[in-house]
Amino acid sequence: MTAPILRIEDVHKSYGNLQVLKGVSLTVQPQEVVVLVGPSGSGKSTLLRCINLLSPPTKGRIWLEDQDITAPGVNQDRVRQRIGMVFQEFNLFTHLTALGNVMIGLTKVRKMRKNEARDLAMFELERVGLADRAHYYPAQLSGGQKQRVAIARALSMDPHIMLFDEPTSALDPELTGEVLAVMQKLASEGMTMIVVSHEIGFARQVADRVVFMEGGVVVEEGPPQCMFKQAIHERTRAFLRTIEYMRHAP
Amino acid sequence: MNDVIDLLRKVTPDLLQGTVVTLQITAVSLTLGMIVGLPVGVGRVYGPGWVRRILGAYVTLFQGTPLLIQLFMAYYGLPDIGITLGRLQAAFLTLGLNSAAYQAEYLRSALQSVSEGQMIAARALGMSKWQAIWSIILPQAVRLALPSWSNEAIAMLKYTSVVFLIAVPDLMGQAKILSSRYFAPIQIYLIVAVFYIVLVGITYLILTWIERRVRIPGLTSGTE
Amino acid sequence: MEFVQDLLTTFNFIVQGLWVTISVTAVALTTGVVIGIVLAIVRVYGHPFLQIAVIIYSVVIRAVPVIVIIFILFFVISRYVNLSPFWAGALALGFASGAYQTEIFRGALQAVQSGQMIAARAIGMSRLQAIQSIVLPQAVRLALPAWGNEATLVLKDSTLVFAVGVPEILRRAQQVSARTFEPFLAFGVALLLYLALTLITTQALRWLERRYRLQM
Repeated sequence: MTAPILRIEDVHKSYGNLQVLKGVSLTVQPQEVVVLVGPSGSGKSTLLRCINLLSPPTKGRIWLEDQDITAPGVNQDRVRQRIGMVFQEFNLFTHLTALGNVMIGLTKVRKMRKNEARDLAMFELERVGLADRAHYYPAQLSGGQKQRVAIARALSMDPHIMLFDEPTSALDPELTGEVLAVMQKLASEGMTMIVVSHEIGFARQVADRVVFMEGGVVVEEGPPQCMFKQAIHERTRAFLRTIEYMRHAP
Repeated sequence: MNDVIDLLRKVTPDLLQGTVVTLQITAVSLTLGMIVGLPVGVGRVYGPGWVRRILGAYVTLFQGTPLLIQLFMAYYGLPDIGITLGRLQAAFLTLGLNSAAYQAEYLRSALQSVSEGQMIAARALGMSKWQAIWSIILPQAVRLALPSWSNEAIAMLKYTSVVFLIAVPDLMGQAKILSSRYFAPIQIYLIVAVFYIVLVGITYLILTWIERRVRIPGLTSGTE
Repeated sequence: MEFVQDLLTTFNFIVQGLWVTISVTAVALTTGVVIGIVLAIVRVYGHPFLQIAVIIYSVVIRAVPVIVIIFILFFVISRYVNLSPFWAGALALGFASGAYQTEIFRGALQAVQSGQMIAARAIGMSRLQAIQSIVLPQAVRLALPAWGNEATLVLKDSTLVFAVGVPEILRRAQQVSARTFEPFLAFGVALLLYLALTLITTQALRWLERRYRLQM
C-alpha cells in the first residue's frame, strides 16, 4: 500500500461555543475519489476548509504528503497552492475574464511570465471545454460554465488534491451534467478528489469511497456499492434514502 | 448687451488665468487625495484595530469640520507652531488631505461591498492576504467606487473656490479683484458662474466617458 | 495658567458665534426644504414646461460653487432690498441647498410606489390631496438619510457666509486671533467646536431616522 496523500487525525473545529467538528479522522490515498455526504450542518464544508487551512482546525492534525500542515510556522499559502478548491458559489473573480481568472494564480502566485501563463491557462480552459469562452466575463457565463472555469482555475495551480464543496448545488438541474462530466474526467485522469455532494449518481459511478458525516463526526464509510445497499447505521440509510428520493422526485 | 460683451472682453484673460490655477489646485488635491486616500481606505478595512481607530479619527476630523476652517488652520494657524506654508502649499495640503478623507470613505464602502467569496477564493489559490487585496479586491473596489469618485472630483473642483479667501489667485480670486476694479460684482460673478458650469460640464463628460470605458459586466454599484 | 486663561478667552469669544452658525444653518435648511419639496413636486407631477425649468435650476445651481452663489445673491439682494448680511447669506445658502434638496426629494417621491397614488385617487382624493397626504409623508421619510447628509453639508457650508461678513464661528475665530495673536489656538477651538456640532447633529439625525423609519 502506498503512503496516503492526506491524513486527518482527530480534527476538531469550533466557532466560539459552537462545535462543528468533534474529532474527525480520515485518510485519503493518492488518486482516490472520496465523496462526503451528510445532512446540512454536519460539518462537511468545514472539514474541507480545515484541510486547506482556510479555517484551521482548533485541535487535531493534518498531514499532506508527509508534511504536518497544522504544525506552527507552516507557510499556509504554500500549502494551499498544493490544494485546489472549488466552491458552491463559484467565486470567480468578477473583474477578470475566464482566461484572466485562470491566469491570475499563475502570474501572481507561481510568478509565471504572462505569455507562458496565457498558454497554460488556455490549455486548462480547453480541458474543461471552454476555450471559446476565454474572453467572457463571469457575468456573461452560465452557472455551469462558471463552475467549469473555477475548476480550470484550481487545476492551473497543478494541485496534488482537489476539494469540491457542493460544486453543483447552486446550479439549475440541467446545468449539473456538464460540471459532473468534467469532474468525472478528472477522476479518470487520476486526480485525488474529496467531493462534498448529494449527487448520488456521481457518487455511485465515480467514488472509490463514500463517507457519511453527521453532527461533526464520521458515522460510517465504505465503497459506494455497500453504502447505498447496506449501510450499517440506520441514520446513514435514512439520509441516503432521503437524497435518493429527492433526486427522483418530480 | 454691448456693455456685457465689453466687460467680457476685459475680464476673460484674467479669468482664464484664474481657471488655470483652479484646475491646477483641483488636479493636485485629487491626486494627493488619491495617494493618501487609497492606503487610508484599505487600512480602515484590513488594518489592525489600532490603525483602524487612528484612520477613523483622521476621517472624522476632516469630514466633521468645514474645509474653510481647515484651510485657515493650515495657512494662519500652523505658523504658530512652527509650520509655515505658502498660500498654494496650504491649499494643496488642506484640499488634498480633505479629499483623501472622502476618497478613503468611498473606497472603504466599495471594499466592503466586494463579496467575501472573492477573498476566500484568492486565498484558496495560495495568495497571501495582501496579494489578494492588491490583485483581487482592490481592482474591483476601485471600479465600484468610481461613480462616487467622480462626484468627489466634481465636488473638489467646486470647493477649490474657497482658496481665494487666503488670497490664492484662482478663478474666484481673480473675480474678486476684477469686481472691485470694474465695480460690477454681479456681472462678474455671473460670468464666473458660467465658467464653473463649463468646467464642471466638461469634467462630467470626461468622467462619464472614463466610467464607460472601464466598465466590466457584472461589476457595477447600485442597480443595473 | 496663562494658557488656560488664553483658552478661556478664546473659547468664550468664539462660542458666541455658535448661535450664529446654528441660526444660519437653520434658516438655510428651512429655505432649502421649502424650495426642495415644492420643486420636487413640480419636477415629478408638474407641467412638462415647469419640469424643464426645475431641471435647469437644479443642474445649473449644482454646477456652481456655493460661495459663488452666495456672492451673486448677496450682491443682488443687497442692491435691491435692505437685508442684513446674516439674512442675505443664509437665504443664499438656502437657495443653493434647495437645488440639492430638490434632487433628494425627487428621488424619494419617485421611490414611493405608484400604487399609492392610484389607491389614493381611487378613494376619491384629488391629485394634490393625494400628493399632500399620501405620497409626500412617505417620501419625506424615505428622503431622511440623504437629507441628513445634506443637513451636515449645509452646517459645514455655513462657514462660507464668513466671506460676506457674518459673525459666525470662523469670523469670531479670526477676530480673536487678531487680538490674542494665537491663531493656532483660535482655529483649533473653532475646529473642535464644529466637530462637536457635526457629531451631535449626526447622532440626532440617526435617532430621527430610526424613529421615523417606514416598514415596507
